[in-house]
Amino acid sequence: MSTSEALAKADTGAPPYLDALADLGGRLPHGPDWLDDLRGRGRAAYAAEGLPTRKTEAWKYTAVAKAGAFTHAELAPPAAIDGARGADFGLESWRLVLVNGRVRPEMSALEGLPEGVTVAGLADTLAHAPERLRPHLGGVLGLEAMPLAALNTAYLGDGAFVHVPRGVVLDRPVQIVSLGAAGEAPVMFHPRHLLVLEDGAAATVVETHVGGGRYFANTVTEVALGHGARLAHAKMQDEGPEAVHVAACAVRLAENAAYDGLVLHTGARLARHELRAEIAGPGAACTMNGAFLADGNRHVDNTLFIDHAAPNGSSRQVFRGVLDDAARGVYQGKVLVERPAQKTDAHQLSRALLLSRGAEMDAKPELEIYADDVKCGHGATTGELDTAHLFYLRGRGVDLPTARRMLVEAFIADIIDAFPDATVREAFAGRVGAWLDGHAEAAR
Amino acid sequence: MALLEIKNLHANVDGTEILKGINLVVEPGEVHAVMGPNGSGKSTLSYVLAGREGYEVTAGEVLYKGTNLLEMAPEERAREGVFLAFQYPVEIPGVGTMTFLRTAVNAVRKHRGLPEYDAMQFLKVVREKAKALNIPDEMLKRAVNTGFSGGEKKRAEALQAALLDPAMMILDETDSGLDIDALRLVAESFDAMRDAQRSMLVITHYQRILHYLVPDKVHVLARGQIMRSGGKELAEELEAKGYAEFVGEAA
Repeated sequence: MSTSEALAKADTGAPPYLDALADLGGRLPHGPDWLDDLRGRGRAAYAAEGLPTRKTEAWKYTAVAKAGAFTHAELAPPAAIDGARGADFGLESWRLVLVNGRVRPEMSALEGLPEGVTVAGLADTLAHAPERLRPHLGGVLGLEAMPLAALNTAYLGDGAFVHVPRGVVLDRPVQIVSLGAAGEAPVMFHPRHLLVLEDGAAATVVETHVGGGRYFANTVTEVALGHGARLAHAKMQDEGPEAVHVAACAVRLAENAAYDGLVLHTGARLARHELRAEIAGPGAACTMNGAFLADGNRHVDNTLFIDHAAPNGSSRQVFRGVLDDAARGVYQGKVLVERPAQKTDAHQLSRALLLSRGAEMDAKPELEIYADDVKCGHGATTGELDTAHLFYLRGRGVDLPTARRMLVEAFIADIIDAFPDATVREAFAGRVGAWLDGHAEAAR
Repeated sequence: MALLEIKNLHANVDGTEILKGINLVVEPGEVHAVMGPNGSGKSTLSYVLAGREGYEVTAGEVLYKGTNLLEMAPEERAREGVFLAFQYPVEIPGVGTMTFLRTAVNAVRKHRGLPEYDAMQFLKVVREKAKALNIPDEMLKRAVNTGFSGGEKKRAEALQAALLDPAMMILDETDSGLDIDALRLVAESFDAMRDAQRSMLVITHYQRILHYLVPDKVHVLARGQIMRSGGKELAEELEAKGYAEFVGEAA
């Protein structure tokens, strides 16, 4: 479907982006019936809701329907890949690289994985061992009210499959790189990742999102954590400046499992990270922290839904954002504590620093509690840099731009410092520093 | 030439006039005490000299080394040698003390045409100065003033002064929140910095810091004006009689 056709569809109310399913023909990987059924359900769910508009409550701050029109990447001519980036994408790790949603084995590095640990392409796994995916693929993520995740499901084709068997602890991160590359035609792609940690397993997985040109990366990550499993899951959203980034991450935690999430947004013109976590077993702990830096007209949306369905669970979300120029930030965090989820301990906090009058932050933390013995709290603040801090630094000879930068970096560093893996902390802090350098350069 | 010359200085805070015509001349190498009751304008004077936002000068002028101090940004004043030791140093979570100190010291050195320190050189310089102030390495590893006790904060201020080598030091109620031992340590470290070129303005409510940092001149600041000036014996007189006679006078 051409760009103008996509726009025409949007105007007539029929949801865009489904036509390419027919055009793609046999190019989506074939699989067993359950896979066709899953794609069909994705298609139906997306067709029923369509591309979200601002009338859709969960998307009311983020006008993704106005982001432009895109051709499915498989139907567009291939684009050159930005070769300037380091081959390790900033992190020493096992690495699976996708370009426009398709795994590229020649860019990946998976040697030396411990016995029994799988880091593989999803298409490859669908072709050779689909039964390994069946227990969880499409099973963690609900499609209701998740139209873009449903669209991803309709096009489910490739991505990363990470499986860590019972009791295995990975000692270095697994990195999933999603590289977007668009030529003249804006392209859309739908990476689909599945991370499974069996009982007692532990791993650090880093998603790195980079690219160049006008592309729409619509990612879904499903995470299934077994009894006592621990996943540290970091995401660097450093998409190209023209990119649209929409991601849904669905996590299910069994008893005593722990999920440590971190998202850092430094890229994309429009970005949304949505986490849906289910505390399914007693004593599970879900942390989802985030930081974002945005200038120009960029838009960053973080939307979280934590469902405490079992007792003694805990959840923590701390988000901090820095917004300059006419940038806009959104925080929507909802914690649901179901009736059986006694002794739940849940907190969420959103803090934004506005560096200019044109910047804007919308924060909506929500609690819905049906259990009576819980400890829950939330807060949201928006402010400027502390003038007392600035005066103190300047009073010691530090110039104003440097003083501002030191305070902004410190504000964001708190979030990154909380992540368990030191190599990830270092890489992410480095990216924040580079963003601030670029921002200072642009302001000059 | 006087190091600091304050002429008929008037200043407002939130539209209220706090300083109502201050006149004060500090020669190089002199230590002046500015004493006064609470609310007399002591802290306002120190903030106006350091260039804090929200302190509006409505009349008068301040010459520092013969140039107009009030036109300079706070960082320019600091680089030119004006140093305010804060009454309540702010905690700045997330900004490492060493990073802050090195950024500040190198900014000042660069301005003065001195070579900047690299991280290793700087560590050596800081450790040496820190030792004299009983500042352990552990304190230097924390964020700026974060979690410091009152005494630790004042010692950190003294360390910054020692590192930045200012010409005009303004010590704003340095004695507040300090026990006797900490006060002696901090005051003696400032006293050790006295030399023929460096001047100090010691702003205080109480006389006790002046036992360790004996002033050349003492001024009484009340209701926004210097009411009386004298030698060090004036401080003792105030300690004995209090500020009643100055507070009581009609405006």
